[in-house]
Amino acid sequence: MADLSVNFCGVKFKNPLVLASGILGITASSWRNVVRHGAGGITTKSLWLHEHKGHRNPVIIANEHYMLNAVGVPDAGVNKAREEIGKFLAFRTGAPLIANIIADTVHNFGETAAEIAKIKPDILEVNISCPNVEDEFGKPFACVAADAARVTKEVKSRLKKMRFKIPVIIKLSPNVENIVEIARAVVNAGADGLTVMNSVGPGMAINIETRTPILKNKVGGLTGPALKPLAVKFIYDIHHALPKTPIIGIGGVLTGADAIELMMAGATLVGIGTGIYYRGIGIFKKITDEMQTWCKANHVKRLSDLIGTVS
Amino acid sequence: MLDNFPHAVRIKKIIKETPLVRSYFFEYPVRAKPGQFVNVWVAGIDEKPMSIAFDDGKNYMLSIAAIGDMTKVLAHKKVGDYIGIRGPYGTHFSWKPGQRIAMLAGGYGAGPLYFAASKAVAQNCHVDFFLGARSKQHLLFSAQIKKLKNTRFLPSTNDGSAGFHGTSVACWAEQIKKGARYARVMTCGPELMMKAVSDIAWKKKIDAQISVERYMKCGFGICGNCCVDDLGITTCQNGTVMPNSVARKIKEFGAYHRDSVGRKHSF
Repeated sequence: MADLSVNFCGVKFKNPLVLASGILGITASSWRNVVRHGAGGITTKSLWLHEHKGHRNPVIIANEHYMLNAVGVPDAGVNKAREEIGKFLAFRTGAPLIANIIADTVHNFGETAAEIAKIKPDILEVNISCPNVEDEFGKPFACVAADAARVTKEVKSRLKKMRFKIPVIIKLSPNVENIVEIARAVVNAGADGLTVMNSVGPGMAINIETRTPILKNKVGGLTGPALKPLAVKFIYDIHHALPKTPIIGIGGVLTGADAIELMMAGATLVGIGTGIYYRGIGIFKKITDEMQTWCKANHVKRLSDLIGTVS
Repeated sequence: MLDNFPHAVRIKKIIKETPLVRSYFFEYPVRAKPGQFVNVWVAGIDEKPMSIAFDDGKNYMLSIAAIGDMTKVLAHKKVGDYIGIRGPYGTHFSWKPGQRIAMLAGGYGAGPLYFAASKAVAQNCHVDFFLGARSKQHLLFSAQIKKLKNTRFLPSTNDGSAGFHGTSVACWAEQIKKGARYARVMTCGPELMMKAVSDIAWKKKIDAQISVERYMKCGFGICGNCCVDDLGITTCQNGTVMPNSVARKIKEFGAYHRDSVGRKHSF
């Protein structure tokens, strides 16, 4: 059996598969259920400082080609986060917890980071790239290098003042002209790692009988297997520009081969989200089995040796 | 299997069942089992999960109360208008041919259990149908249930305006006291009523199926809004119909549920 464990920002994961933010991510019980099914770690759904209502239904639609979602980042606020994260940590699953945070202003990103860091998640992931709340908040911070850097600096300096050493990673948007430039800006601003990538678009689907956009928000983030080549290229480009920066690669991963491909491009961890739709919650176990089979056939003893091996 | 996009169907027939409830009939290509639900989309307004009150092999019937803003808009729809449907989703009620079954329906739970009863009696099951409501005018499907073969109709009302004066659970308990024996009990209705059924069935070792329902968005196991403590399973895929042994492992069953932002509310 190959060693599937990886070290990400000093945090050890028994395998590189993490539940991506936004899916099955609302409660401690749900996170534990995902870990029971083989995830190496989990990411919470985006956490707000105060309650934030999501969009009305339909919020997620899917077919064999893609999923389109505009859930609208609903959350009950930091008190709920405290209860659920505390409960998950008490379950002692051994799987690290990545707390994903979101806010409307640079200042509030700092406030939210400070409040969530007190609950002691293993890693803080900063969501500056959600494509389905643009009506409410305008273009995501991840779309302008200077804005992305300001959020990063604010979060890092707030945590430093409180003497928290929690790794901070920034979740990037694929919907930009030059993702490497944004990546460089947030790393220069102190980011410890990057998540590449958030959903694509936004896109739209119309019901032609009723002549109405299906999603209540009209537009939503696009995910699914066809997006993998985009993720691979972004991860590859960023890894080559910033070889020391660890990456959580996300985008269209359904199989062990997909996960290995993202790792070869430069990802240390691999996020699983929409894949759960295509292969069920058993996808984590299926992918780790497939990676083991591949490692055996290719005489790979340590999966982490594959990270960034494609030149 | 269809994809998970709403499919526009035209309403073929509408029946006004009670002051609040209308039944909508339409053709749908995928067959449903009793206890399953579909997501009903009113274009541009909202989309909600609704239990399927009947499927005759070609047409679905959904019985929907006009209580929210989407269902109030729906109440103004006419024959020939479009609604969007996706699904069917979730688990379903089941039985063995010839079983003696108690069905306890509260309020709108009458729909899926009427559907289950009509299928079960076709397989020679004997059904005691305990239907509870606030008052006589809110008893759904009384006429249809009375027409089923092998079925005893045992209504109850809180105000005593029809049938047993009290709850359907009390009416059922009285029947058990009188010597009625059941191989299986099925329940669908308000959660505290179902919790009472679960407790009695557990104590008396009666095989029970409970419809545990939580706030759902996607309906296909992705959004996570309907996950229950502490099992962490979704009720849209692992429910709504669950064996009592599973329902009783759900810590929040009969205790609390979560809203659209994940906040807990006690029953």
